Amino acid sequence: MAAPAATPRAAAPSGRRRTAIPGAIGPTGLGIATLWLSVIVLLPLAAVTAKAFSGGLPGFIDAIDAPAARAALAVTVGTSLVVALINVVMGTLVAWVLVRDDFPGKSLVNALIDLPFALPTIVASIVLLSLYGPDSPVGIHLNATRPALVIALLFVTLPFVVRSVQPVLLELDRDVEEAAASLGASNGLILRRIVLPTLAPAILSGAGLAFTRAIGEYGSVVLIGGGIPRKTEVASQYIQKQIEIDRFVNGAAVSVVLLLIAFFTLLVLRTLGSRAARREASAG
Amino acid sequence: MIVARNTRLTLRAIALAYLGILVALPIGVILVRTFGDGFVAFWDQVTTPAAISALSLSLLIVAIVVPVNVVFGIVTALALARGRFRGRGLLEAVVDLPFAVSPIVVGVSLILLWGSAGWFGFIEDFGINVIFALPGMVLATIFVTLPFVVREVEPVLHEIGEEQEQAAATLGATRWQTFWRITLPAIRWGLTYGVVLTIARSLGEFGAVIMVSSGVAGDSQTLTLLVHSRYIDDHNTFGAYAASTLLMILAITALLLMTVLDRRKAAA
Repeated sequence: MAAPAATPRAAAPSGRRRTAIPGAIGPTGLGIATLWLSVIVLLPLAAVTAKAFSGGLPGFIDAIDAPAARAALAVTVGTSLVVALINVVMGTLVAWVLVRDDFPGKSLVNALIDLPFALPTIVASIVLLSLYGPDSPVGIHLNATRPALVIALLFVTLPFVVRSVQPVLLELDRDVEEAAASLGASNGLILRRIVLPTLAPAILSGAGLAFTRAIGEYGSVVLIGGGIPRKTEVASQYIQKQIEIDRFVNGAAVSVVLLLIAFFTLLVLRTLGSRAARREASAG
Repeated sequence: MIVARNTRLTLRAIALAYLGILVALPIGVILVRTFGDGFVAFWDQVTTPAAISALSLSLLIVAIVVPVNVVFGIVTALALARGRFRGRGLLEAVVDLPFAVSPIVVGVSLILLWGSAGWFGFIEDFGINVIFALPGMVLATIFVTLPFVVREVEPVLHEIGEEQEQAAATLGATRWQTFWRITLPAIRWGLTYGVVLTIARSLGEFGAVIMVSSGVAGDSQTLTLLVHSRYIDDHNTFGAYAASTLLMILAITALLLMTVLDRRKAAA
């Protein structure tokens, strides 16, 4: 939008073109925003990165090559991938049921989906521990096992795929499905060729967010996971313990690895997403 | 596609079973355990001196974090929605960054920046303690809640466009008048929604705060840290359940507020 003509500019307090639009923020506001984001977000992350490489690249490699570090990262990425995959299936299924089905209490169920998002992670850990821990009323004792990690991560990542797919499902043009059906396509075919491809970007986006959340998760796994090195210790727990014993380079190095995995995942998602959006736009 | 009735019912059953076992059942168990011995037992656990101190600290952090996020969040949203500058994509990415960072990494990064051996460690010579003190916990909470107000206000700013603000300018309004009379009322539901998200997240933050807090009971424990310490240090399982239930009630209240506000936002 172009700046307005001479009259508003005369009324505006500043003569500069960019600040000629009142309510707009101007260079001062932009400076404040940039300074704010730098101090709060960028500087701390820069400090971690600097510490991670304070021993140069060899120091960094050494830190993340430590057996305990490698094990923690493997457990983390492995369980997060499993969780993301389960979310892809169950999340889409739940979204489908919430959009295409109707039953009494549906709005309550719909609201339930957001609960893990609003719940403090430590509360999630206690909640799951009460059911699957040593005091389990149904005799299931999963604490300090890998399945416990999966359950905890499924709990906290529940909303991501569901909430990502729901709006797309709602907007899905039923006409295309009906046309295909009238031409004799089976449900399976319609699902494979029409519905799933349209949902794919949303599913991927939700799964990527779930994965990114899962690899960094701490509060919900700290109690129920048990933190057994090489078995159930996740990367965040490893980092926390390293910092506790003042091994800052080790902690910082694994932190940087987590950051890189997260950025890479989100970058891939963004690229796939924009490519899919362009394809949709050109397909018309 | 017309789904056969059997398939539809099966899908519904699977979805409800999944949600029931994953979410409803554990929460049900906690509620039963917390209130099973009556309300008084629960009340006793959440009114101990340590619990009240923890609640006060959590609320104090919220009281600092929310206004800060509102001010800087609106400034950032305005810069992103109304500004004309290169690198807007980069700024947007930085705003979204806290979502991709593990809470533990947040804590580590703050220790490495503000801790005694950190880049800004020299401020300890002036008697200002950031890590293992309130400022550190506040900074950690601001980090993780930074995106909320911005991401709720920015789309609204895009949607309402600049015409009203420009019209105000032609009528001679100052920038502050325009902001106060035109912009702020337009963004109020988005802003409120962002504030509720910020409050919910601030009360619930654990991983980042546990790294930068000295964790002294009655002094530097938030409600979430209290839950953790009751379970791990005191082996007071019931006390941990009670504090968790309190947090859960706060979270559900926030959720209800969000649902109501969501409808107001959509209607606006």
